[in-house]
Amino acid sequence: MTDTVIPAQAGIQGKTIVIRGRKVVPGVAEGEALVTNEPISGWGGVDPRNGTVVEVRHELRGQSFAGKVLVFPGAKGSSGWSAQFHLARVMGTAPAAWLFNQMTAKVALGTVVSHAPAMTDFDVDPLTVIRTGDWVRVDADAGIVTITRK
Amino acid sequence: MRLTDVEKAMRDGEGGPAVAAAMDLLIRYGEALGAEDLVETRNVTGTVTATTPFMRDFALQKGGMDAVFSEFSLDSQKVVTIPKVKAFASHLQLGFDPHHPQEMGLSEEMVRFYKKSEAETARLGVQILNTCTPYQVGNVPTRGEHCAWMESSAVVYCNSVLGGRTNTEGRESVGAAMLTCRIPNWGFHRDEYRRGTLGIHLDIPVESVEDWGLFGYWMGDWVQERVAVITGVGQVPNLPKLKHFGAAASSSGGVEMFHLVGVTPEANTEEQAYGGNKPTEKRRYGARERAETLARINATGVDRKVDYVMLGCPHYTIEQIWEAAQLIEGRKVHPDTALWIWTPRAIKEVATRNGYTKIIEDAGGKIMTDSCSAMSRAVPTGTKVVALDSAKQAHYLPAILGVQAWFGTTAQCIDAACNGRWSAA
Repeated sequence: MTDTVIPAQAGIQGKTIVIRGRKVVPGVAEGEALVTNEPISGWGGVDPRNGTVVEVRHELRGQSFAGKVLVFPGAKGSSGWSAQFHLARVMGTAPAAWLFNQMTAKVALGTVVSHAPAMTDFDVDPLTVIRTGDWVRVDADAGIVTITRK
Repeated sequence: MRLTDVEKAMRDGEGGPAVAAAMDLLIRYGEALGAEDLVETRNVTGTVTATTPFMRDFALQKGGMDAVFSEFSLDSQKVVTIPKVKAFASHLQLGFDPHHPQEMGLSEEMVRFYKKSEAETARLGVQILNTCTPYQVGNVPTRGEHCAWMESSAVVYCNSVLGGRTNTEGRESVGAAMLTCRIPNWGFHRDEYRRGTLGIHLDIPVESVEDWGLFGYWMGDWVQERVAVITGVGQVPNLPKLKHFGAAASSSGGVEMFHLVGVTPEANTEEQAYGGNKPTEKRRYGARERAETLARINATGVDRKVDYVMLGCPHYTIEQIWEAAQLIEGRKVHPDTALWIWTPRAIKEVATRNGYTKIIEDAGGKIMTDSCSAMSRAVPTGTKVVALDSAKQAHYLPAILGVQAWFGTTAQCIDAACNGRWSAA
């Protein structure tokens, strides 16, 4: 990811930037960002027992999303998507919040049953602004995402 | 979201706490999608039963099967008593074949727990079809019928081949739909979503089940979730071909709908299939694309010695079992190789009546039901190399189980079962 995508990114270390979007699931949460440009599979793609990505060729393979703010393009794969993240919530390994671009029935239902705040339809693509490790506060009720560069 | 008076009454508890919980979930889900309202559906397919040790323990600790349905089918942490379902609902494939516990590596105790769960599900009024192909055994949507279906290969068949209308639902939304006969009016329920946005022209004849699987795998990889309009179709494909085509396309991509001009119900003409859309791009499918796709599906195949031949993804039709029986009659499966054929139990009943089960079993093969190897993660002990006539299964099995996969025709697979080797190119 480059530093040149939006002017606000120049020299923002320690500072905050704000992007706006639409509430998908209500609530407020914050955590460390986990960012991927690849869509995420539920069934066959994640292991709810430990909250990690297990898909063979995925760039996040082996990484944990538990308690993180997951920033990703959208959902792909089987109709078991919601059930996997539902299990993750019951097992205590679900993300703290979700930020994504492409709305589908899978991602809508999966984020709803996770009970974690979720947003989409942003004024600025979060994939170009947020980096893994950034501290992100998601206020879905107000439609505001606040990003603090580590 | 706009609700009718009937829907508001359900939300407010007129139908009891389970219906209220179901309506609460549908409202949260509909608002997440950005849907304006709900649509009526009386045709649901999904997963309800409990098949894992985790679910068994959850039921034991939290209040039995009502607790499992409340949490995992309605997203309600409060345990509510589940009434009989209102919509015609059919059960999808399971995580195992309960009739073959030994092959599935199942304990007697898990089988007992599953049977209890199945009996409870049937008591609620859910049809225990236990197949990824409900359209083969009693649930055939009509054109324009609003449905709430899970299972990607069934969804694409419902939308494209039958003209039913469904999104790819999940366990919780179908649970709520069973109790309320409602689902968010979004996506493939609406005309504008169903129209084609890009085009494919066939430069070569696409005729066999293998041809359709290869074409589907190629198409899904390119179009991902978009709706393609396909021209140049020669011989009209039958059910096994379209079943394989959609399953392959929804594995390499997320295809939920396609139009075959002159074949599928919303594509009498190219103009109708696009419905006023201008195609964003058009591509041609020819001999080179077919050869490259075959090589890609076979990318994991190295060793020629085959341990396991799996047929029946999606679940075999009776026509396909008849074909397999004819191909294997009078031959024997190689002693180092296993042949399992997966189909709905209702179709196995017909196969048995017709004598096909005996022919296949006499040769050393087995007809399995209710599941498949990708769902159950169960393969014959020691399996390293599998042979398949399904592009979908060839996509998933190496990823799920780390095995090598060879993909080919049904005849090539039966030869591999009998010779113990993959000899096709």
